[in-house]
Amino acid sequence: MVLVNPSVLLVDDEVPFVETMAKRLAKRELTVETAFSGKEALEKLDSGGPSRHDVVILDVKMPGMDGLETLAAIKAKHPNVEVIMLTGHATVESAIEGMKGGAYDYLMKPCEMDLLMAKVSEAVAKKRAHEAKILDARVRMHALRRES
Amino acid sequence: MQTARVRPAAYYRTLTRNLVLFVVVISLLPLFFTGAIILYQFKQAYQVKVEENLVVLLNKHRRTIDAFLIDRLADIRVLARSHTVPELSDPAFLKAKLTLLREEYNGVYVDLGLVDSQGSQVAYAGPFNLTGANYSTAQWFKQAAGSEHFISNVFAGLRGSPHFIVAVTKRYQGREWLLKATIDFESFNALVENIRMGETGFAFILNRQSEFQTKPRHEVILASGAWRELLQKPLDSGRVTIIEQPDSTGREMIYAAAPLKKGQWVICAQQEVSDAFVHLVRAQQVAIAIFVIGGLAIVVVSLLLARRLVRRIAEADEQKEAMNEKMIEAGRLASIGELAAGIAHEINNPVAIMVEEAGWIEDLMSDEGPLSEETLSEIQRAVQQIQEQGDRCKQITHKLLSFARKTDPTVKPVDLNGLVDEVLGLVSQKSRYAGVKLETSLDGQLPRVAASPSELQQVLLNLVNNAVDAINSEGGTVTVTTSHENDTAKLSVSDTGIGIADANLARIFDPFYTTKPVGQGTGLGLSICYGIINKLGGEIKVASAKGKGSTFTVILPTRQDSDPSPGGSGETGQN
Repeated sequence: MVLVNPSVLLVDDEVPFVETMAKRLAKRELTVETAFSGKEALEKLDSGGPSRHDVVILDVKMPGMDGLETLAAIKAKHPNVEVIMLTGHATVESAIEGMKGGAYDYLMKPCEMDLLMAKVSEAVAKKRAHEAKILDARVRMHALRRES
Repeated sequence: MQTARVRPAAYYRTLTRNLVLFVVVISLLPLFFTGAIILYQFKQAYQVKVEENLVVLLNKHRRTIDAFLIDRLADIRVLARSHTVPELSDPAFLKAKLTLLREEYNGVYVDLGLVDSQGSQVAYAGPFNLTGANYSTAQWFKQAAGSEHFISNVFAGLRGSPHFIVAVTKRYQGREWLLKATIDFESFNALVENIRMGETGFAFILNRQSEFQTKPRHEVILASGAWRELLQKPLDSGRVTIIEQPDSTGREMIYAAAPLKKGQWVICAQQEVSDAFVHLVRAQQVAIAIFVIGGLAIVVVSLLLARRLVRRIAEADEQKEAMNEKMIEAGRLASIGELAAGIAHEINNPVAIMVEEAGWIEDLMSDEGPLSEETLSEIQRAVQQIQEQGDRCKQITHKLLSFARKTDPTVKPVDLNGLVDEVLGLVSQKSRYAGVKLETSLDGQLPRVAASPSELQQVLLNLVNNAVDAINSEGGTVTVTTSHENDTAKLSVSDTGIGIADANLARIFDPFYTTKPVGQGTGLGLSICYGIINKLGGEIKVASAKGKGSTFTVILPTRQDSDPSPGGSGETGQN
């Protein structure tokens, strides 16, 4: 079903964490891009076009623009991109806030790689399905135009 | 208990002493004054009474003696008037009359005699052979001649023993005769000698020439002192004159004198004051004894009570100190609680990295086939990273532990700059996420202050925590500054936060006062800071402008004997 490797944008202010996580996700055949702040993440999303990134893995607690603000901005500009929140114990409440704000799911940090992969796959599947529906609708729309 | 904060024993000793003094003075003063006033009044009243007694006594005896003399004179006058000179010239007749008088008056009369106008005794009855004796040169004869009757002073006379004479003039056939009777000195003396007052009081009679008319019971010196003074006074015939003076041996005496025998004689009395006032003295002794015993009882009781009271106060103080300790401890834990979220996150980050690195190694090792050179170096890097992150965890836990360890109130020299670094390290994560920049401006020459490091750390943490909390999401700066001036070190924490409303400014050091939402602040932080700084002899001040930020300044006395703290960089750094 998945034709292209899912593309993931990993956002966290902890550089070593991001780098290692990126390697591990890449090894699992994901296309990984990294950002070290909310602002950088938004820039990367903007430059990548509407469908380049499937999933954003977003740390809740970051200096400057924090996870929730970033989420809101992502959802405003790129509503199709799915967001998985990463959170420490102390910030579970904000993760739930994030879910209300349109995040796909949240995971506690440090997280099981298998669990993360499963969530990513689900999110990608959801996005792809959603995109397929949009595509379908477009096709139908074009067909209707042609018929008329 | 910690000796550093308990009040010194001297304080309680002073308190006890003041209490005892207060109670003793307050209780004894009225007792003393009441006693003194009553004794004084009693003494006055008693003195009047003693003097009155003396007056009554002397008056009574004066009358008695006057009466005695008048009676004797009357006897002789009767004798003179009821008989003719020829009868009286008869020695046998005189002898019969003398016997009669002696029988009637208990031997008061010694002899009887008839003296003619030339002083020659024509008839005599008595124990001595004085018939024909010539009195023409005798003092008494000269005085008696020409007067109706006469009572002489006491004198030795021809017979050589003390006596006095009662004489009456008798006219017969144009010639004057003198019927004279000699009064026994002893019986007259007894009249006066029997006047006794108390143990030491006695009386005697003097004539105007200050010659003794009776024998004083004790030796009396008339030539000097009180008697001389008293006898020189004009003595009022109707009254008793009294003076009080110490005698030659220093004893207080009462002296009294009253004239008798129409002012020719003076009856005198003297008595020791201590004897006259024996009841007063006894009353005084009883009063003094009661005062002393009562006073002792008051002193002992007040001492016991004050000791007990002060012990209670000391206990209460100790309990208060213990409560303070607990309060500081609670405040410390509350501060740590407020930091907990930030610190948990801070620890979680390296842990997450370690987990990821371990997972990465696992990933690499699960590859089939022998490990390539590249893979090995990647594993090495990962392990390195795990160690680094482990170290980071260790530092965080150490920071936390350094703060969470039990409060130790022991006072020692503290390097404020080091403390600032320590506390800012602890708050750095929290402030980073809150968008707060921490800045320091530390005085490199800052002397050490005498304080408990853990308590001071708590003060600083509270102030910095509050400063960070005061800054809203737009971010801001917290600046910690140290400086010194004369004998004080100054530490200030200023923020660019929301500031404190004027209405709240007065209450911020009150316990349990907080503007934070319920569950986020205990309201104890600043009140604990205030308590700690106050205890160290410093002061804590606040200046705030609504919307512009607040500055808390702590001023602490520096140790005179301390060196400037080493390690202070003296330059403005950033955290």
